[in-house]
Amino acid sequence: MERIKEPLLHITRRDGMPLWKSMLIRAGAVLIALVISSIFISAAAPNSQGFFGFFGSFFSGSFGTMRRLSQLLRETSMLLLVALALVIAFKMKFWNLGGNGQILMGCLASAMCLVYLGGRIPNGVLWLIMFVVSILAGAIWALLPALFKAFFNTNESLFTLMMNYIAMYLVAFFITHWYPQGSGAMPSMSEYALIVKFSDPSNTSIWGKTIPVVLAAVLVTIFIYCYLRYHKHGFEISIVGESVNTARYAGINVKKVIIRTLILSGALCGLVGFLLVATVNQMITTTMDGNMGFTGIIVAWMGKFDPLVMIGVSLFVNFLTRGMSQVCIDFGFTSEALSDTVVGLIYFFLIGCEFFISYKLHFSKGRAKKDRPDFMDPAPKPPEITDTTAQTQQENTPDAAEETA
Amino acid sequence: MKKLLAMGLAATLAVAGAAVLGGCTEDDGSITVGLIALHDSNSTYDKNFIDAMEEACENKGVSLILRTGVDEDNDCYDAAADLVDQGCDVIFADSFGHETFMIQAAREFPEVEFCHATGTMAHTENVANFHNAFSSIYEGRYLAGVAAGMKLVEMYNGDQLEENNFDENGNIKIGYVGAYTYAEVISGYTSFYLGAKSIIEEELEEVGLVMDVQFTGSWYDLVAEGEAANALINRGAALISQHADSMGAPSACEAAGVPNVSYNGSTAAACPNTFIVSSRINWVPYFEYMIDCVVAGEDIATDWLGTLEDESVVLTELGAAAAEGTQEKIDEVRAQLMSGELHVFDCSTFTVTKTENKNANATVDENGVLTSYMADVDTDANYAADTEAVVNGVFMESEERSAPYFDVQIDGITLLNAAF
Repeated sequence: MERIKEPLLHITRRDGMPLWKSMLIRAGAVLIALVISSIFISAAAPNSQGFFGFFGSFFSGSFGTMRRLSQLLRETSMLLLVALALVIAFKMKFWNLGGNGQILMGCLASAMCLVYLGGRIPNGVLWLIMFVVSILAGAIWALLPALFKAFFNTNESLFTLMMNYIAMYLVAFFITHWYPQGSGAMPSMSEYALIVKFSDPSNTSIWGKTIPVVLAAVLVTIFIYCYLRYHKHGFEISIVGESVNTARYAGINVKKVIIRTLILSGALCGLVGFLLVATVNQMITTTMDGNMGFTGIIVAWMGKFDPLVMIGVSLFVNFLTRGMSQVCIDFGFTSEALSDTVVGLIYFFLIGCEFFISYKLHFSKGRAKKDRPDFMDPAPKPPEITDTTAQTQQENTPDAAEETA
Repeated sequence: MKKLLAMGLAATLAVAGAAVLGGCTEDDGSITVGLIALHDSNSTYDKNFIDAMEEACENKGVSLILRTGVDEDNDCYDAAADLVDQGCDVIFADSFGHETFMIQAAREFPEVEFCHATGTMAHTENVANFHNAFSSIYEGRYLAGVAAGMKLVEMYNGDQLEENNFDENGNIKIGYVGAYTYAEVISGYTSFYLGAKSIIEEELEEVGLVMDVQFTGSWYDLVAEGEAANALINRGAALISQHADSMGAPSACEAAGVPNVSYNGSTAAACPNTFIVSSRINWVPYFEYMIDCVVAGEDIATDWLGTLEDESVVLTELGAAAAEGTQEKIDEVRAQLMSGELHVFDCSTFTVTKTENKNANATVDENGVLTSYMADVDTDANYAADTEAVVNGVFMESEERSAPYFDVQIDGITLLNAAF
């Protein structure tokens, strides 16, 4: 009678954990993932630098030299710009998977200007035209699926995804058209680079390409933050995202909001295309988007759709990628599969630890017994898994009420 | 608050990094070589460079910093500049599209030597520390074609060829998977075809040889290369060769039981039943030469060409599928090529048809023999044909610059598509 068979452990939802504690858990998760990676890699590497050498290499990938720091900031800014472009659509629950294509169209518009106008007009005018047409190209590439979504309610995920391929093959077509004998490679037209020049050429070399990109990222971040938080449009976006019917009821023109938001989203991707061609590359390839349209999705979600948190996330994502590729160089690995594995492992731990931030584990014996909420004591329960979800839900109800309040 | 912490975290990262900044490497006078590779060692093309560079650096006792997965855009410039920061004295990049970014880096860091494989611009760009290198791989492909011809003769005499392996004129059909429709690939498949054809004509009187070429538009695309090989096999190709870097075509051949002549290295391990032979460029001689020049402080040749003589162009060991007597025949033809007795692009061995949209730069006599060809040797924006390539009835490939410029479409080879 006294002995009721209890599940070995069950889960309850935590009441809001203090931020410092949750950040500590996240940092711990990353650290554990790195330690595990370090053990494996330092043991298996052809040219091992030892357990601590792993951490040294990892940091030096981003911070080893001024140039690497500059590259880190440039890549972070690019990724952040893309993530910001996506987040305004995501807030509306419009799943814009077409970031890559919108960036490429921006690149293509800029590259066209380079090919047809380069050297024929002053560079300043050239850059201005490139800027405008890139933004237009990106916006048009996002506008097409938005129109179909608004008027015919087509599936925007598939539509935007397919537009990526069209953009890629358009780029391939134009490279072939311009450079028929080059095996798909366009030479760099570096004389038209939009870079910041310093009196010391080594500073130009290190920072020249980074400063314009970082500047753009700072301005756009401030703009998007204010747009989403303080502007009426931002409010409309979140209402449409919550419920289209509510939005309609509130007198919001849903079609208009979808179209307007996607034009902005595409325009920002087009801006990234402009920066990639005008500032960084002065040429175009079919892979110039660097898959940022998809990495940007990770940044937007891990940043919980908050532009300021996303700054940290994009920095972190680039820090990981650069760190791991430096480890591969220093440890003598010639296959990239490894660095992808480790980066995947870190994401796995990071996302896994969110569970421990949101929920608490209770073990049925010992210390945990005291913590157990009273109302769970009675009633023998069927096996643990179904059971825990039921309990979680019970627990949820008061919490959820609190949260919405 | 949350944002504050996120930004705090970012700041911590930056500070932690700044601490590492202090410990930069400094040049102690020893020689360091940097290698920039387009893909990692899973690509047969890049593996060929990586292995050769590791061997050369070990032989010469210099250290190596290896960067893999470097794209053909500003990524290449960033990698090169980073290698300079690491104290590299000479930096080598392995892909065609790296060239303009290597030139940018070369202009910026005149004290470091920059070398580039397959490029075309060193002899016109006048950047003293930028150099091109390539090898006469068309001779290697010709020899691989000889091995293919031997196999076809064996199959023909052994009645192993089926009806669909012949075209309507009774010629044996073979197939070739190419990456892009440009000089390097065209030169490669034409020399392969001519090698095979020379044996067929020598051994079999009644049949000729035709070849279909399918392009993939990528240097490394496992699926597309496999599909291209299968398409060629379905069209009746009795044998397949390829100029692309994945295992797609060899694996498809192994699955279909069709003999394969490979490139970049032996595929015998993965394709034991169908692998005949593979030609490849052996980069060790160039890398050793390059390192020697840097150690001695001498100039590196602007446009270096490796040959059969210095073993820059080599064949792998024959596979089990090779016909009997292949090695002897290859040795014989190699000796003829080296002595100059035999030329791969001897215009008397092939005919050319000039039409409105092909072979515009060719001059052909009434028998279809190529008498003159203006090749685009000096790279410029207009792709203007600038140099006469046919001398004494021979198309002089890689004579004016190391990278190939033979892009004539000869009779007997059909391009199923084009990819640039």
